[in-house]
Amino acid sequence: MIPRAQIRLLPDGHRLHLNDGPIDLIIEAFGATNHIQLAYRAAAVRFVTVLDELCAELPLLRREPNAGCWPTGVIARRMAGAVMPYSPETFITPMAAVAGAVAEEILQAMTNAATLDKAYVNDGGDIAIHLEPCQHFVVGMVERPVGPSLFGTATLTADQPVRGIATSGWCGRSFSLGIADAVTVLADTAAMADAAATIIANAVDLPSHPAVLRLPARDLAPDNDLGERLVTQKVGALTDREISSALSAGVERTRSLLATGLIRAAALHLQGQTRVVGDTLQLAQPATVHVERGLVHA
Amino acid sequence: MPDDDAIRCDACPVLCYIKPGRLGSCDRYGNQNGTLVRIEPHVVLDRAVSRGETVVPFLERDREWDGNLVTGQETFVTAIGAGTTYPDYKPAPFIISSEVKGVDMVTVVTEGIFSYCGVKLKIDTDRFLGPEQNTVRAQGEAVGHVTTSEYGSQMLSLGGVRHLTGGSRHEGTVTCQTLLDLCNGKSVELKVDEGASVVVQPGRPPVVDGVFEERMRVGCGSATIGMFAKQWFGKVDDVVVVDDHITGVLSEHQAGKLLGVSETGIKMKGRRSTPGRYFKVAEPGTAWGGTNIDDPLSILQPFDPKEAWAGLRLLMVSTTGEHSAYFELDESLKPIAKDLPAALKESVARIRENCEPALCTVLFMGGAGGSLRAGVTENPVRLTRSVRDALTRVTCGGAPVYLWPGGGITFMVDVTRMPANAFGYVPTPALVAPIEFTLKLQDYAELGGYVDHVRSLSSISTDESRRRVSARTDNPWPLAPAKPPEVP
Repeated sequence: MIPRAQIRLLPDGHRLHLNDGPIDLIIEAFGATNHIQLAYRAAAVRFVTVLDELCAELPLLRREPNAGCWPTGVIARRMAGAVMPYSPETFITPMAAVAGAVAEEILQAMTNAATLDKAYVNDGGDIAIHLEPCQHFVVGMVERPVGPSLFGTATLTADQPVRGIATSGWCGRSFSLGIADAVTVLADTAAMADAAATIIANAVDLPSHPAVLRLPARDLAPDNDLGERLVTQKVGALTDREISSALSAGVERTRSLLATGLIRAAALHLQGQTRVVGDTLQLAQPATVHVERGLVHA
Repeated sequence: MPDDDAIRCDACPVLCYIKPGRLGSCDRYGNQNGTLVRIEPHVVLDRAVSRGETVVPFLERDREWDGNLVTGQETFVTAIGAGTTYPDYKPAPFIISSEVKGVDMVTVVTEGIFSYCGVKLKIDTDRFLGPEQNTVRAQGEAVGHVTTSEYGSQMLSLGGVRHLTGGSRHEGTVTCQTLLDLCNGKSVELKVDEGASVVVQPGRPPVVDGVFEERMRVGCGSATIGMFAKQWFGKVDDVVVVDDHITGVLSEHQAGKLLGVSETGIKMKGRRSTPGRYFKVAEPGTAWGGTNIDDPLSILQPFDPKEAWAGLRLLMVSTTGEHSAYFELDESLKPIAKDLPAALKESVARIRENCEPALCTVLFMGGAGGSLRAGVTENPVRLTRSVRDALTRVTCGGAPVYLWPGGGITFMVDVTRMPANAFGYVPTPALVAPIEFTLKLQDYAELGGYVDHVRSLSSISTDESRRRVSARTDNPWPLAPAKPPEVP
């Protein structure tokens, strides 16, 4: 049997590309050459069973999480754990955290196998990061998940708790109940960020607005976890006031997640307007936190 | 579930139902007028490929290291069950060759009998296990001693030749059994003279005097003040972080001063080190912050009436956040216990959250003696030199080892990275541990190896008695070149 998974270095010779079915990862590790190789090997080895592990429990993962019927796979459990804080008040299934949870798992395999200065695993925009002390990443944010134009950057330093980034929006790969072009979330883990981005993107909304075309998810994808729920397919031009009102609904939800520690920061984007919540994200002007050097007790 | 016009894609195990004109969850396979078609590769990759270069294969197929394939470099023979040659200086039981990237590699596989061996045990706990140098017992027999305290952990040293063969027969047998159990991942109950009883199991949290240790402290009491001062500021008038090592007091601590926290007239017991940092507020123990106190107020003296005021709010918390209490001063400046306000609950939870899971970790330490080395080569010292020069890789059951600098081949290995039940014993008593030496065939010949005893890997694979295990993905592959090749 020919293995499904594709494992290759990208032509730049630095980044590793892993693909299996809908899972598409871009990975980059920084550190000593031999450790980068160890990490990439570990990533590849861990990766080849991931899709099968998830598919074995797919029906369960497409249902709302239920403490009485917890999934068994390590990634599946991380997914369920990430969406649990929102359920049952808000409809959400573990699938909302699948990309982040997979990214985390691969990153963990890498950091277990090798000593790296820093590394990221980018699962279609949902990113798990690893930072050793004094390392940082600058992360760009896009206006919409499929578009390359950056509207801001965030500098993530090792002393901050953020280790996960996710972006969600109606024109991304997954269906959204809301109308946000892109919601980028920083959280302590990639799975948490992934779930939160879905929740916030759903909250950026103008219910029953005529310019928004919505269709039942199952008419588009019969086996989608959203079932009969209406998912956004097109958002027509909105007035500034409408944009502002939709974003405000999202910001309100964002603040509640921030207060409970489920996220650290978020940027919400809709038709040219952007709202930022939390102080980690800087727009257009990246800023690094400089810590004064001094003696501390080890 | 499927609608009539949806088709089921079988390109991967997700098995999406795809409606006409739409794509599956991969964005790559789609339903075009009822036919499953493969659309353009994913955008991200597409962009990379469009630069004109071909993608570089990173790993070839079949390289999942599942241990079932015994072809080429995919299989590494460990020394577990290889048998030993001691005390006869015969060639080691297995000398295996395999080809790795065009270079003939030899792995000399043997199980060593280690009279000089023991385990170094790191127990993540702030609880007091017993005075340094005191004897550690199993089943009443001395099997080791308490050594240094490390950050958030207590180190024990168990085994060693003195307990194995230097004491009574029973002491040796119990020591051997204790080491064997720990190395094979089993749990062992230890008792420290004038100290605690602790149940240890590699890779699991310790149980100290019947209390399951959950977490390591985030820092000493003083460090905790430094880390959380900002979060407390304005929500409480003073905070004491109780710690057996250094207890911290917010209002006196530099971190509190910087924020402008005012004096509260708090008076601590113990010995003041620098402002806001106190040694020995109580005796070591297994209660609050690794001290022996159950009542946090017992480490306070009466508040100074010149500075303190009625209604003053005081939080007392341990370094792991496991214990906490909240007080307000009454008219007579006596602390009265109250429910923890929500804002402070959060900070206590934050301390708890910042503590890592406490574990027991076990490193096996042993030295490969002359006879074991003689099983590898006719000239044992050349093996030592070859190991020193990194021409020869030493592994223990396939797991990487740390080689101690200096003479001989003395190494340490994390037993949790080795296959299950990798260790055995002989009634000497001594421990039997696997050890493998991997080097280039050419180097092996040069150091006087038993070249005529080299067997090919395929001749081993036919033997049904071999136990095949999956390699641990977090271990480096033992046959990977010691010096890594250039990045492709």
